[in-house]
Amino acid sequence: MRLLTHNMLQCHVKKCTDPALNFPLQLQDIELEQVETEENEDLLLNLINKVDYNALTTTAAQLGLVGLPNAIPKDPQADPAFMTRLHEVLLETNITQGKMACRGCGHVYTIKDGIPNMLLAEHEI
Amino acid sequence: MKLKALESHLQEVEVFSDPKVQFEQYPTSAHLAARIAYMAETTYGDLTDKAVADLGCGCGMLSIAAGIMGAGLLYGFDIDDDALEIAQGNLETFELEMELVRVNVVAGRLLEEEAARTEKKEGGPRQAGGKPANVAASSAAQDIALDRIAPPLARFAKQFDTVIMNPPFGTKPGNRGIDMAFLRVALGLARTAVYSLHKSSTRDYILQRAAAWGAKGTVLAQLRFDVPQMYKFHKRASVDVEVDLWRFELGD
Repeated sequence: MRLLTHNMLQCHVKKCTDPALNFPLQLQDIELEQVETEENEDLLLNLINKVDYNALTTTAAQLGLVGLPNAIPKDPQADPAFMTRLHEVLLETNITQGKMACRGCGHVYTIKDGIPNMLLAEHEI
Repeated sequence: MKLKALESHLQEVEVFSDPKVQFEQYPTSAHLAARIAYMAETTYGDLTDKAVADLGCGCGMLSIAAGIMGAGLLYGFDIDDDALEIAQGNLETFELEMELVRVNVVAGRLLEEEAARTEKKEGGPRQAGGKPANVAASSAAQDIALDRIAPPLARFAKQFDTVIMNPPFGTKPGNRGIDMAFLRVALGLARTAVYSLHKSSTRDYILQRAAAWGAKGTVLAQLRFDVPQMYKFHKRASVDVEVDLWRFELGD
């Protein structure tokens, strides 16, 4: 699971509705792996507008991944160093094992063999 | 990539070893997946370098076809961990990168809502032609808002250029309306186009509902979907089901 995916997942337990707490999920006991992929500028530019950049930098800092500025540069396309670092963090950093805990309700979602399990029990939906 | 070459690559995709009837796990054939992906790319340019999602990806046949056709970012969503495990093996075989997420695409009230609508359509009198379209105009955007209809996927809203899927057909009694629920979620995820397979018998209904959700649906082909005998309730060895291949185009 790439950090991009972590940036898209939020707690969806029914009673857990505080947007300040149900996202981003808190990563715990995780194993990381870097997997090299081809950089695609158009795709990356598209993603810049879609990711929650604050959540991304917060998570990156927690994982000890340095080199992302606090804010997206005004013209990211003209900043190849930023584009490359964003690509490495967002698309090449993979979580192979671990947990994601909700800061609101405490629900824990597991990541096994790189696949996050977002299923909930009937009573939690 | 030629169509024939694509199909022959896809023959290598491993499919369900132990299909689960409750999820209507009929594998998409290599023949069909190749044609869908080939058309999506060569006629519409919907795959190469695009962000593509496969809803109910199962063993990944369609997404792997999309990957071979050059998809830039691939996501597969499925409820079944056994299917996802096979999909993961397939991705290794094909040396493709794809994000897999285990999730119920149609959790909660969405399925109940679509089941109720489907029953009403089948049981009750036929709706007058213009009526559904009018309902549409006012509520289209809200109708496919993922934070409401598919909370686990809320942040994936409009994240993909293209969604490609072979949803459950909703033929099992407990799954009624699930095909429409999948379509509704797909239209909330995609910016440009959704490719999907649906039983031909529901063609008019699908056209109306898609319009209500702000998408223009076109039947690209009618196919015979060969459903082999995998489950005990199938009396014949193989049943051909008439199926439409749809392309739904989303406006801005």
